[in-house]
Amino acid sequence: MIESSGTLAELSPETKLMCERPGTFSGGHRMCAGCPTGLFTKMLTRVSDEYEIVAGNATGCLEVASSIFPYSSWQIPWIHTAFENASAMMSGVEACYRSLVRQGKMRKKLKFVVMGGDGGTYDIGLQSLSGAMERGHDLTYICYDNGAYMNTGVQRSSATPLGAATTTTPVGSEGSGRKGNRKDLTKIMLAHNLGYVAQASIHDIHDLFRKMKKAIDHDGPSFINLLSPCIPGWKIDADMAVESARQGVECNFWPLFEVENGKFTINYRPTVKKPVTDWVFSQGRFKHLKKHPDVIAAFQAEVDKQWAWLEMEEARTK
Amino acid sequence: MSNLTTGKPKIVPITGAGACAQAMRQINPDVVAAFPITPSTQIVEDFSTFVANGQVDTEFVTVESEHSAMSACIGASAAGGRVMTATSSAGMAYMWELLYVAASMRQPVLMSLVNRALTGPINIHCDHSDSMGARDAGWIQLYSETNQEAYDNLVMAARIAEHPDVRLPLMVCQDGFIISHSIQTMQLEDDKAVKAFVGPHLPYHSILDTAKPVTWGALDLQDYYIEHKRGQEQGMRNALRVIQEVSDDFAKTFGRQYNLFEDYRLEDAEIVLVAINSVAGEIKEVIDELRTKGEKVGLLKIRSFRPFPYEQIGQALSNAKIVTVLDRSASFGAHGPLFTEISTAVYNYASGRPLLMGHTFGLGGRELTLRHIEHVISESRICLDKGEVGNRQGMWLNVRGDKS
Repeated sequence: MIESSGTLAELSPETKLMCERPGTFSGGHRMCAGCPTGLFTKMLTRVSDEYEIVAGNATGCLEVASSIFPYSSWQIPWIHTAFENASAMMSGVEACYRSLVRQGKMRKKLKFVVMGGDGGTYDIGLQSLSGAMERGHDLTYICYDNGAYMNTGVQRSSATPLGAATTTTPVGSEGSGRKGNRKDLTKIMLAHNLGYVAQASIHDIHDLFRKMKKAIDHDGPSFINLLSPCIPGWKIDADMAVESARQGVECNFWPLFEVENGKFTINYRPTVKKPVTDWVFSQGRFKHLKKHPDVIAAFQAEVDKQWAWLEMEEARTK
Repeated sequence: MSNLTTGKPKIVPITGAGACAQAMRQINPDVVAAFPITPSTQIVEDFSTFVANGQVDTEFVTVESEHSAMSACIGASAAGGRVMTATSSAGMAYMWELLYVAASMRQPVLMSLVNRALTGPINIHCDHSDSMGARDAGWIQLYSETNQEAYDNLVMAARIAEHPDVRLPLMVCQDGFIISHSIQTMQLEDDKAVKAFVGPHLPYHSILDTAKPVTWGALDLQDYYIEHKRGQEQGMRNALRVIQEVSDDFAKTFGRQYNLFEDYRLEDAEIVLVAINSVAGEIKEVIDELRTKGEKVGLLKIRSFRPFPYEQIGQALSNAKIVTVLDRSASFGAHGPLFTEISTAVYNYASGRPLLMGHTFGLGGRELTLRHIEHVISESRICLDKGEVGNRQGMWLNVRGDKS
């Protein structure tokens, strides 16, 4: 276990579950060296003994890298059909489960998890996600947000941060990377009045595990937006994914918080407020911004504005 | 599920859409996912009342689009359920991507398709551009002249689609408004008799079986994709046999015999019209009239367009002198889809060599009257007497500015 020098007996019940339960996801998949996406998938079956998990995936890195026929990394039932429809597909799975339970043809307790990247969630899959959440299916949607369409070769998405260079927002004489601020999908999900919405980061697996357990335990739709750095997309070294996610959280670009039945809780509050520049300039996708202090200033202003909003919401819902 | 009728079939006045909703009630699927679109809306509305009244066990997923409807159907089918949907036109076009996925995953999803013109320009009336466009998606397509046929096809659908030698999705097509909204009398079979005929659904590698976890929808590259597509093709080839077997059993049970196509006064016909769906009714009326005047004319009405029974149709057209095909959809820059299939069947499987003529008609709900059909037959006679089709080939019927 990382971040712990103690014995299993000293760990929290959640952490013990995480360590003791069998995993979900085999190694040998084709994810890039250093990609952190497999971290959360391994936790899926570990969240509870009370139920089993059936998972669905949008098309994307995680899907293609984990299921190249005749191989599969998935040790739990898993389904993929297309890019933009994972929530609708799993709505059907979950609806069928409810139908079979009602007819007395199914007795097991099952829970349903949907996974997608920011492309399949913020963009092409947004309608399907919104519909599934609004209808109230017992689904947990986990978006692993790496800030661009990484699977197809780093094209910008609506989750791409201001100023990031991607293959469709390249740097040139007239271009300084992505224009405008990223979409705030977590707020859109909050507008669905879900019982549980959270932002998490792959660098803090205790916080992530606790949130996954809460989200999946919750009866009804729930949503987790998970910061998950991409080695080639962010242009960072293969051993830097966890560290980069940590920096993203520590500079308040990606606050860790959860909203339970409308009540906001900030889960991590940096003791020293760091500027975004440390995080931004540790990544190749932003290096051109050294020549664009105006963009950096706008980036910092947006981060500060969103943090202020979050603190205000937390105070308001106390 | 309550209020099952037990007793004799009833003759009822009902629309085509209403008839399909009744079939869905009797089939009692585990999941229905659908999004309303004219002219299939009544199917979804009627079925909703069956759900609200507890007449079915179905979980009805009121999805936000047809794309999500088909996605939810695939998910529910993978979860081991018997699954149905209904749509039309742009609704099915929006499902397009997932139609292929349903077929390649061998999910026996059942669809009631009410044929309507595809948008461009927008139009709500009947033609077959929706289902003909989807002909390569891997779905079994059964067509229906009347509300009775639409109902009967849907009652047979589950047993065909779910047959272990087939395992493919199936759409039952009927003409928008002409059939879907017209009240005709038909025989509504007894609930329990239908339930017994359809039988229980047997799940196949259910994704809810956590003891045997299955990966559905893996990435298939150059090393396996084509084998899986070949398997899908085999299911479709097997469907020719299974459709006939289930149809024969349906005839034994309910007394109405269906085949892969209907031959109407074909035996000695020199002029044969080939058509799909409701226009066959008008054609039969004209044939009966012309037969009294000695014209040797018949009809071959398609029921199974996918799979297409080339050999049987080729043989059925062996004695024809001219075959005139009426397509209710256009393939721009090419002959209509039905004409090309009939040409293939005749060239490869007919012992004779009839003239072949193709016409396009009825796009966007444009009517084809008895007079137009008489004209098509008399033109066919002229071609036959001349021994050539000439510039009549590819004519569009009843179109302003076109001579026909």
